[in-house]
Amino acid sequence: MSAPAVVEIDDLTVAYRQQPVLWDIDLTVRAGALTAVVGPNGAGKTTLIKSIIGLVPVAAGRVRVLGRRYREARRDVAYVPQRGSVDWDFPTSVIDVVLMGSYGALGWVRRPGARERAAALEALEKVGLEAFRDRQISQLSGGQQQRVFLARALIQNARLYLMDEPFQGVDARTERAIVDVLKEIRTQGRTVVAVHHALQSVPEYFDDVVLLNVRKVASGSVEDVFTEENLRATYGGRVPFLQAVAGQGEP
Amino acid sequence: MSPSEFVGLVLTDYTIRTVSIGSAALGAVAGALGCFALLRRQSLLGDAISHAALPGIGLAFLLTGNRAMPILVLGAALAGWLGTLFVLGIVRNSRIPEDAALGIVLSVFFGFGLVVLTIAQRRPTAAQAGLETFLFGQAATLLERDVALIVVVGASAVLVLALLWKEFKLLTFDREFGVSIGLSATRLDLLLTGLLVAAIVLGLQAVGVVLMSALIVAPAAAARQWTNSLSVMVGLAGVLGAIAGAGGALLSSFASGIPTGPTIVLIATGAVVFSLLAAPERGLASRLVRDARTRRRVRADGVLADLYALACQHPGRTGHPHPVAVLKAMHSTNGGVERSLRRLEADGWAREARPGEWSLTTAGAARAREGFRAEFEADAPPAAG
Repeated sequence: MSAPAVVEIDDLTVAYRQQPVLWDIDLTVRAGALTAVVGPNGAGKTTLIKSIIGLVPVAAGRVRVLGRRYREARRDVAYVPQRGSVDWDFPTSVIDVVLMGSYGALGWVRRPGARERAAALEALEKVGLEAFRDRQISQLSGGQQQRVFLARALIQNARLYLMDEPFQGVDARTERAIVDVLKEIRTQGRTVVAVHHALQSVPEYFDDVVLLNVRKVASGSVEDVFTEENLRATYGGRVPFLQAVAGQGEP
Repeated sequence: MSPSEFVGLVLTDYTIRTVSIGSAALGAVAGALGCFALLRRQSLLGDAISHAALPGIGLAFLLTGNRAMPILVLGAALAGWLGTLFVLGIVRNSRIPEDAALGIVLSVFFGFGLVVLTIAQRRPTAAQAGLETFLFGQAATLLERDVALIVVVGASAVLVLALLWKEFKLLTFDREFGVSIGLSATRLDLLLTGLLVAAIVLGLQAVGVVLMSALIVAPAAAARQWTNSLSVMVGLAGVLGAIAGAGGALLSSFASGIPTGPTIVLIATGAVVFSLLAAPERGLASRLVRDARTRRRVRADGVLADLYALACQHPGRTGHPHPVAVLKAMHSTNGGVERSLRRLEADGWAREARPGEWSLTTAGAARAREGFRAEFEADAPPAAG
């Protein structure tokens, strides 16, 4: 028996101004696994994440999340946007941003209370930012910003985490913190799909991988599909670290 | 008129009190909503809305022959709203960028508004209608029922803002995350823009179409300098807006002939300039002070390092004094050696052993050693493992 699909995508096509960004994608994401989405710039990785949660108009195809349409499943989904997509000079504090993760469950008008604050503090502790709770967000480093976003996703208590480049430009400490959190999420049987850039860390951090370049080149377990041939097909033969990966073999 | 007479007049004179309350309420609502316009980078939208409202005022008067404020405000709101939809439509369906779309809509609607207003002025009742006050505003023309309308609509806008506070806040900070948890971004956008339109058209009679956007942007920009909390910013902008509104209305009422819009703008801009200069943390003055402090610190550390280098020439005799002239010759940055030495002395890291000759204290030597070690470690390759 195979694990049930958390994300199921059939024949998905997305286009901007007649230019296809994603072309005829079929994809299933396995429950309880960490899945990396890799591909060159402009391959549609971000668009793939956004099309799962309905942030971009879909030209054709069908997306199912936990067996339902996204709007029916969104209470079980946490989205971590790219860190650079927001203005970090916005007048608010770290704990306030984390509390935004509780807004979905709270619904209209209601404000976060003691329970939500406790959850937010716990999440901040998990990402090592408990001392920064009242810090103005413009005073954070890039890695700290990323961990704040991660903490916000944690208090959503989701079954599926969709992360857009969580490792982009972060310090070593943040990278470790994120990896620890990802592993904890997996231990709890929950699922992560993350856009990822650093190919060399794919086998170390992830179980499954999706190789994307407008079309899906391959998807499956890292062991099966993270091969030199597939990487060449994805990156058009220019994969600088390929030799290193091939030389190392499986770590 | 003495200040006490002035205050007495404001408190007792019915007309002046009405006008002040109306303008203050207007400024408070505009200031509070302006914070969201500012943070959403839509400051220019306010300008486009207010200019776009002008033809609505003229047409409402031409069609009904009535100049009661609710009718003109309704016309203004429809025209302002239409202008906003034009801006959004142009941005969405063409490759014209938003600033150009705003410029186009603003000038076209304003030009059309001036034409309509000129036609309306030919009506026999127009002189009495005083439509020209809508250009630069005349708070003194506010009647009690106008003020009542401003207060009721303004209070409703603030209530909506309070109820949907966290939704508006999230949408402003991280729109895509907001959509991912189920916020209807389009509907909230329309609502927030609708509130902005309401605040703007309410202010047109008192402040005028030309300068109304200043009452939206200036209090918010000033408030932002003083705080890092959205709620404090909105509250402060409301207070600043109320002060600018009431102050401008009073000034223009007493100096007859001056329109209200410009006086409000002058007060609000004064608040912005003062905030940009004097606010702690974000203000220019505090930044200059911080920069100067850092510069002095760096310079003093340089002199400390030189003293330490000299002391290393006399092993075991940390306290050996060295002439200032030597330090000056060694020192790479220009000037300020004496000042840096005095500073090191105040910190207890150096002392003037003989007139014109300085030496490290034990504490100073320890600090310099530590500084060197930190620098060495930063430069060294990271330890393996």
